[in-house]
Amino acid sequence: MSEKTFGKGARVLILGATSGIARATALEFARRGFDLVLAGRDREELEILAADARVRCGNGVEIVEFDATNFDSHPDFWHRCGDVDGVICALGVMPPQQESERDWETCRAVIEVNYTACVSILNLVANDFEVRGSGFIAVLTSVAGERARKSNYIYGSAKSGLSAYTEGLRARLFAAGVSVTTVKPGPVDTAMTWGMEKLPLLVPPEKVASDIYRGVRRKADVVFSPAPWRLIMAIMRVVPSFIWKRLDF
Amino acid sequence: MSTFAQRDLAGWGRFPSQNCFATRPEKRREVPYAANDEFVSDIIARGLGRSYGDAALNLDAGVLLLEKLNRFLDFDAQTGVLHAEGGASFADILETFVPRGYFLPVTPGTKFVTLGGAIACDVHGKNHHRDGCLSEWVEEFDLLLASGETLTCSREQHPAAFWATIGGMGLTGIITTAKLRLIPIETTSIRASYTRTKDLDETLAEFGRDGDFRYSVAWIDCLASGASLGRSVLIRGNHAAPDEVSGDPLEFGAKRQKAVPVDFPDFALNSLSVKAFNALYYAAHPDREKIVPFEPFFWPLDAVSDWNRIYGARGFIQYQCVLPFETSRDGLKTLLETISASGRASFLAVLKTFGPQNLGLLDFPFSGHTLALDLPASAGIVEFARELDEIVLNHGGRVYLAKDATLSPENLRRMYPQIEEFVAVKARLDPDNRFQSSLSKRLRIGGAQ
Repeated sequence: MSEKTFGKGARVLILGATSGIARATALEFARRGFDLVLAGRDREELEILAADARVRCGNGVEIVEFDATNFDSHPDFWHRCGDVDGVICALGVMPPQQESERDWETCRAVIEVNYTACVSILNLVANDFEVRGSGFIAVLTSVAGERARKSNYIYGSAKSGLSAYTEGLRARLFAAGVSVTTVKPGPVDTAMTWGMEKLPLLVPPEKVASDIYRGVRRKADVVFSPAPWRLIMAIMRVVPSFIWKRLDF
Repeated sequence: MSTFAQRDLAGWGRFPSQNCFATRPEKRREVPYAANDEFVSDIIARGLGRSYGDAALNLDAGVLLLEKLNRFLDFDAQTGVLHAEGGASFADILETFVPRGYFLPVTPGTKFVTLGGAIACDVHGKNHHRDGCLSEWVEEFDLLLASGETLTCSREQHPAAFWATIGGMGLTGIITTAKLRLIPIETTSIRASYTRTKDLDETLAEFGRDGDFRYSVAWIDCLASGASLGRSVLIRGNHAAPDEVSGDPLEFGAKRQKAVPVDFPDFALNSLSVKAFNALYYAAHPDREKIVPFEPFFWPLDAVSDWNRIYGARGFIQYQCVLPFETSRDGLKTLLETISASGRASFLAVLKTFGPQNLGLLDFPFSGHTLALDLPASAGIVEFARELDEIVLNHGGRVYLAKDATLSPENLRRMYPQIEEFVAVKARLDPDNRFQSSLSKRLRIGGAQ
């Protein structure tokens, strides 16, 4: 990556900027000299986050309102973002699985935010980056997408789809010199997991943020955060289904 | 609806430890909903949990964790005024602004406190005799009431709410944002002066010569008795000038913290080991002057994370009182003799001079001497602390609520004459008594009396 598109003076767009991981990631990139474009729905919160990044780092920070599930608004939104050197997609919701099982609207939101919205906006990003021949894209999926569990398979299936999408996108954009990094965090200590019991390898969002930054900088294909999840999921993937379906988690 | 997680929480002294229901909003708009969630009967804000006793606990009720609402909103380099959310930590403020040449006007002995918590306790530092409490440097703050309304409080705007919330232990509402004036600095070093004294009289006399020092505190050997009672090492200093330091004058350390990996067994700290430590400390500090970095001068114990574990799983109390100048010599002597005779080991005891009282209704400091010491929470600790309370009361003093875990409701009223005025203001700001803590319930502050 050239100096121009990575590091000081480069602009990174954060999609879903008010989530816990996105907050930490935005600050991580701002500390490395990036200007920020923060996109989300909650304008008051975006303004607070923008002020924080400006005071801490003195960088340029803009906010652009973004309604992830209003797909028709995406082309106009993407146009309003202007020229960006990289995009980090941190869109995601994870209501309790049982609500998704019983209530279609909840289930549909899980699918639309975690998968459809990401595809919709990243298609636009990819088309422009491909023509331009530069840029980086990092997409937050989840270890939950590696192997679906009975307690979280609806969210997991959407994240699994998104992981597959990023794998194909990476292959497509490789020739154009655009990197696509799939980030697969385990449980992270944010509002999404607050109150859940006994989460393995729970890490602070700042850890995931620094893993994302380093992954993007070295143009990694897949980043597990924290790293031990790579091995854990490799083992999980070879557990035969006749055993998997009997596991109570 | 907010998510509440069952948590065993404790203050920094780890005594008491209580089951609480904690929620942790990450967005500003979530705070009023969390504060009023019917899942809990009442709630108290909590920052980084550095108050020692039960001020930020709420047994079987709500605790509102504000650590994620820690954003900086604005900074004016001309005036040094920082506008930040209540959950912003002093460590974070220092890390951001010290390299730009600004410093906290007042800092307690740890930097792991939040702005909101520091205002609610109206913390003081080694410069109280010169610069007062933190509130002297607070221009205004936003107070979220149980009604959902936000009051911007300052000395001019809603002054009653301002002076009740300063030092008000979180019982008037939630401090969502505040404006704090930082002070300009030229270096991150202190020209420190160490003065050893042989007894209490010499210590107090030496404090009388504080005038030239912005910062002043004494480590006191509280196990020394007889002719050595009250022997101390005074540690005083001023900001060093740029020509007194080498290298980057504003270098501010990212030194690695050491950690206490396990709870020490209860017998590790006994009067013998502490006596040995105190004797060594005294011997190691002859009179001298030297340039020292901020960290060991202001926050010596922050170098060891979880240092509270040296007191073992039983925990400890920190007992801090202030005595007026007129009676402090007698009072300190009686307190030190009582502690020394009890054989209760105090690893760390500090003594310093306070300047005048401010208008905070529950503010702790007033002109006099303050003594702070750690006591392991071994058998009989509550009774022993109450024995000390009687001595303090007999000498016209009082104890610091931010450290307290043992005071009785009756003695609170004898120590804090403006308590009824505080309760009246609280009743106006919080008519349904939504904001309560284990401390306020123990001391019967607010609600049905």
